[in-house]
Amino acid sequence: MKSARLAEGGDIDRARRLSFTFDGATFDGFAGDTLASALLANDVAIVGRSFKYHRPRGLMAAGVEEPNALMAVGEGPGTEVNLRATEIELTQGLAARAVNCWPNARFDVGAVNNLIARFIPAGFYYKTFMRPDWGFFEPFIRRAAGLGKPSAEADPDQYDALYAHTDILIVGAGPAGLAAARAAAGGGARVMLVEQDPLLGGSLRWRGGEIDGAPAKEWADELSRGLRMDEEARVLTRTTAVGYFDHNELALIERLVDRDTRLRFWRVRAKKVILACGAIERPLVFAGNDRPGIMLASAVHRYLGQFAVRAGERLAIFTNNDSAYALARDYAAAGGDIAAIIDHRRDSPAIDHALEAGLNVVTGDAIATGGASSLSGVTVRDKQGRERRIACDALAMSGGWSPSAHLFKQSGGALRWDDAQACLRPDRSVQAERSVGAANGDFGLRAALSGGHEAAVAALGELAIKTAPIALPRAADKGDRLKISPLWRVRAKGKAFVDFQNDVTADDIDLSAREGYVSIEHLKRYTTLGMAPDQGKTANVNALAIMGEATGRTPAEVGTTGYRFPFTPVPIAAFAGFQRGRLFHPTRRMPGHAAHEALGAVFEEYGGWLRPACYRRAGETPHDAEQREALAVRTSAGIFESSTLGKIEVKGPDAAEFLDRIYANTMSTLSVGKVRYGVMLNEYGVIVDDGVCARLADDCFLVGTSSSAAEKIAFTLEEWLQCEWPDLAVIVAPVTTAWGVVTLTGPHARDILLGAGVDIDISAEAFPHMSFRAGKAAGAEARIFRVSFTGETSFEVNVPPAAVEGVWAKLMAAGKAFGVTPVGIDALMLLRAEKGYLHIGGDTDGTTNALDIGWDHVLKRKSDFVGRRSLLRPADQARDRFQFVGLEGVDGGGALSIGAHVRKIGATGETEGYVTSSGFSPILKRGVALGMVKAGRLRKGEILDLQDGSKRRVRITDPCQYDPEGARLHG
Amino acid sequence: MLLINCPWCGPRGEHEFSCGGESHIARPALASTDAEWSDYLYFRKNPKGEHLERWRHDFGCRQWFNVARDTRTHAIRAVYRMDEQKPEPER
Amino acid sequence: MKRYSAWSLFQEGLGGQKGWRPAWRAAAPKARYDAIIIGGGGHGLATAYYLARNHGLTNVAVLERGWIGGGNSGRNTTIIRSNYYYPQSIALFELALTLYEKLSIDLNFNVMFSQRGLIIAGNSRHDMETIARLIGAMRLLGVDVEEITVDEIKRAVPALDCSPRARFPVFGGYRQKRAGTARHDAVVWGYARAADALGVDIIENCAVTGFEKSASGRVQAVETSRGRIACDKAAIVVAGHSSVLAEAAGFRLPVTSYALQAFVTEPVKPVLDVVCWTLATGVYVSQSDKGGLVFGGGLDLYPSYAQRGNLPIGASVVGTLAEQFPGFGRIRLLRQWAGIVDVVHDSSPIIDETPVPGLYMNCGWGTGGFKAIPAGGWLLAHQIATGKPHDIGAPFSLNRFRTGALIDEAAGAGIAH
Repeated sequence: MKSARLAEGGDIDRARRLSFTFDGATFDGFAGDTLASALLANDVAIVGRSFKYHRPRGLMAAGVEEPNALMAVGEGPGTEVNLRATEIELTQGLAARAVNCWPNARFDVGAVNNLIARFIPAGFYYKTFMRPDWGFFEPFIRRAAGLGKPSAEADPDQYDALYAHTDILIVGAGPAGLAAARAAAGGGARVMLVEQDPLLGGSLRWRGGEIDGAPAKEWADELSRGLRMDEEARVLTRTTAVGYFDHNELALIERLVDRDTRLRFWRVRAKKVILACGAIERPLVFAGNDRPGIMLASAVHRYLGQFAVRAGERLAIFTNNDSAYALARDYAAAGGDIAAIIDHRRDSPAIDHALEAGLNVVTGDAIATGGASSLSGVTVRDKQGRERRIACDALAMSGGWSPSAHLFKQSGGALRWDDAQACLRPDRSVQAERSVGAANGDFGLRAALSGGHEAAVAALGELAIKTAPIALPRAADKGDRLKISPLWRVRAKGKAFVDFQNDVTADDIDLSAREGYVSIEHLKRYTTLGMAPDQGKTANVNALAIMGEATGRTPAEVGTTGYRFPFTPVPIAAFAGFQRGRLFHPTRRMPGHAAHEALGAVFEEYGGWLRPACYRRAGETPHDAEQREALAVRTSAGIFESSTLGKIEVKGPDAAEFLDRIYANTMSTLSVGKVRYGVMLNEYGVIVDDGVCARLADDCFLVGTSSSAAEKIAFTLEEWLQCEWPDLAVIVAPVTTAWGVVTLTGPHARDILLGAGVDIDISAEAFPHMSFRAGKAAGAEARIFRVSFTGETSFEVNVPPAAVEGVWAKLMAAGKAFGVTPVGIDALMLLRAEKGYLHIGGDTDGTTNALDIGWDHVLKRKSDFVGRRSLLRPADQARDRFQFVGLEGVDGGGALSIGAHVRKIGATGETEGYVTSSGFSPILKRGVALGMVKAGRLRKGEILDLQDGSKRRVRITDPCQYDPEGARLHG
Repeated sequence: MLLINCPWCGPRGEHEFSCGGESHIARPALASTDAEWSDYLYFRKNPKGEHLERWRHDFGCRQWFNVARDTRTHAIRAVYRMDEQKPEPER
Repeated sequence: MKRYSAWSLFQEGLGGQKGWRPAWRAAAPKARYDAIIIGGGGHGLATAYYLARNHGLTNVAVLERGWIGGGNSGRNTTIIRSNYYYPQSIALFELALTLYEKLSIDLNFNVMFSQRGLIIAGNSRHDMETIARLIGAMRLLGVDVEEITVDEIKRAVPALDCSPRARFPVFGGYRQKRAGTARHDAVVWGYARAADALGVDIIENCAVTGFEKSASGRVQAVETSRGRIACDKAAIVVAGHSSVLAEAAGFRLPVTSYALQAFVTEPVKPVLDVVCWTLATGVYVSQSDKGGLVFGGGLDLYPSYAQRGNLPIGASVVGTLAEQFPGFGRIRLLRQWAGIVDVVHDSSPIIDETPVPGLYMNCGWGTGGFKAIPAGGWLLAHQIATGKPHDIGAPFSLNRFRTGALIDEAAGAGIAH
């Protein structure tokens, strides 16, 4: 093979020479080259090795369908692997390596697989490697498989995401797409035109021809300039439409160059979509068709026209249709030597014209190829059965064209087999979409222009957008039909590849048929055909037709596999967009965050909020801090921020009735100014939340929820109101973040609040436990609640969020004399465990019902409430359910391990219960624990084995282990 | 991504909404049998075809409404408020 | 049946691999069968195989609407594990795992069960408390799970971001060593080939459209796209389409069908040696023998029979993987797909006779049916053959939705399986 750059022509900038390396060797190319075109210009024949047999491979294609030239580029964390050389724009200093070979593409140790190929056909691994077991062989297979080696370091790049809406989205800026954009733009319609290449034009850039009297490329460039000036038109180049989703939403990936951000993930909702994605040429399936130097005819043509690279000195063409003849014309015009045109067809006007032009046309098939590292000749068998060898160093093949119907298929549309054109083409649209030009199976320049134009005019009409009529662009090209004579495989000895990337041959398809894997999906899965990174873009149609031949079915009967998202591979980080690092599931901060930070808080996340777990002082472990803070609450006073607690105002004439149905216990009997603890169930009888409910006025309640349930409960209340009881006159307003909350708790809580200034009587008599008052406290307008999570006298001071820092500071100052201590979640959870207060989601799980926590009394209520009926089911009333209890070590020792199970002494088998909460109580000087035990409430006093390896025993107790009379609470 | 025409806010992307499952399910009285209660809690039509379901506009008006959507194609034939009648069955 | 072995492969290699016969016959339907299994996925084929092998019932047909293994059997992420919380679930999934361990040899078909181990990472102290409770319950019943530290996770899964700066830092986790992955298609084909060898007819492109009942209401035939086929007994084993066939048979199920998406990247050299799952996000990932990262996450959020999956959920799962495994960011997503999964309220299966006498069913596996294929087949075959539920299958009755005796792993274990 002797490929070379031409002296002139092409879309390259010969003034900008770029140097790059491939497998360590240095080469030159030009701005405008792809890595592939630059390699070809430098006569690099072998650009990779195949996946299974490690056969040497050269470039086969010039676009996204390239199966052979898979590259790794970049170093360290910037490494990207499995990139197609045809899609890598050449840049100065680019360092590329072929993947899947060692030490390099020219000399590859893995090629030994090629020697044993006869023993490792498709699916061979299903028949062996069973003894001793797969795990014995797997490590070897795993090391051998895989393509590129990615970096283990974190991806350093940035990504972006954008949503867009448009009237008309046109995918592909070849002749059809440009004609569509030309007709759609300029009339007030919002138009988006998306092109995967850096320049608009598609095949107009290399296939020649004239449009409206101008050379096609100039027509494209002129139109391109016009579109870029149009304010209502958005042109995205280097952008691939990779997915077509419900309700006309498409996913695009835009590659950004010379920017900090590498990729942008677009989601575009279009009223109308025009798919002008073109078509992909098929290789012919004949023995030795994978030898370097054998390429798709369209690729040879494109390298010639767009990159001014001639694929070889002597080119042979093997075709079964008319489309490759234009290549012969242009190749000869560029000074190349046409060794022969091998045409499978007996006759065609194109053959006659070629003969008239003095070209050597052989009607027959290629049956073998020769050459050491690259092609040196092709053996041809003509229609009379005579064989002869034709010397050539490049072979262009055309087995016909497959419309690029990936997006159409993803949109839900159905394909149909077109016998005349030998292809699958779009049939029935399901979404607001039109396929045009080659993507619709309408081949040829004239068909592309008219298809695109008419689709745009029709879309504008449907959108009722009036535009000045515009004339259809005219092309001279008459080659609207392929005149194809299907040739799915040439029968001859030797490996004939169908899927080049996964090394699947025509013989493998025969084997698949022989073994009964005849469904196209079974063929794919058994042979791996079409499952490589190229997703079978050049292989699938040949494969289904060959399977049809092997099983006596037409291609239409065989059918096709699905076309899955994405059209081309997308880096997974692109899906995250900018939602990475701190913007990935952002955490929420309380209004007093800075104050806690200043006090040395150790933050942890609780239900999306960052909250202090404890305030660590120098030399303290977190456990030390927890013990100190908890003891301070029992002996003096603690302060904590609980702004995250859910707050929902429920207001209206029927508010009390509504809450009676929502809570398992009654709320309508609550008097104004009072607060009551309540439990909410879901319809399955399971406890979903608990909290306090305050009656602010006759027709207004404040429902308190746990922090993590705030949003969920607000939505639940709305659902019941809107969907089940719309007759109730109630409104629900979530006000969680409208109030910041600072809580004082402990024997000196009242003293501190008085010290900070409060304009209401907060004495125990005037302001008893489980009531609330409004007034001014610590300088802010406040709602103060006397509720307690610790079992100590507590004041929950609700103020506007902006006032939290000031209130916190005043209370800290007033509390200094009493040794007020900031308290984290750890200490709070310990204090409530001492008191036996339930922690929903900690002590309970998604199976715990109201009866399990001892709330049998709710069944005595007269009226229905959410979840009540479920509590009456046999399983909900079963005797052996897990019930909420206290647990204490019989040895009186330290904390029990949370999650540890218990069983009857000496028993084996399944669990009888487990520890749900535990800690070491500094006030009781022993461990305290809560748990769930089967029928636990009837087993108070029973001793059980703890199953955590400690050999400890525990006794079942009441949940409350500190101040059971509640004297401190009411103080 | 679905485009859902909220009766209160107009067309919005599906990520603003959440689906609440089958609509028009009557809640049995407290005196219902275990079988009736179980049907209400667990048993669903789950049709392969048009499904009448309720959706909530979470990041918008927070209102519930009904949608007639085909579970095969995800095409939405009708959107109607909670207090409106079901659409006539598709012919 | 020509036996598969390295030797037969070698012999065939000398002869151009020309001597192989179909792995299963393309059977035409007979007029009558003792039992008809509707659904040629893993569960259906395993049911037929065990009917023949364990119970000597060989006049059996498997009817498949399309091509065998074309539903969820061919669309899952191939994970096999038995780390369940409730004793009933443990018995079920341990049966499956134990059968999987010998399946390649039993079927003479390499299903490539790779016991590479499963690691579940906890992302909060609450997660670690839940994990302690879970693995405690499992260990009491002999499941091979063990708690592991952050350092052990770092060593086993170097790609996972275990730094304290991570949005969901890793606090620790647990491991099941016997868990792993298998080649999903091979499980289907292996069961099909072995069942076929025992005389079972596997009939593809045969859609069931209705049921014919006797005067007493018992099933006596199925109506299909290839005509009426009489039977003594029949079983519906069609996962996401269970409700459709139940309606045809005249009853309803506690099932809703959702799309579950899965994803695979381009093949790369080994970067992940175990199956890894983090509790904070529910995203799970393994690397296939071919080199692709196979991963998934949560369900799509509305009922669907479109085997497609929507972009918001898909993008969120893929983006989450990139965040939790920062070195994977530049690896490229190759393909996304979805299966229609049959979700029941307690995410446990239903293996039972239906309200129609003689008609059985196996459904409700939701997102986790692949790992249970051998057990699903074993237990349903037992019930079809004997008329009585197997001890391990008995808790998974349809009646549990009447009594409320659910086996709710998600609610009890805090993990949706």
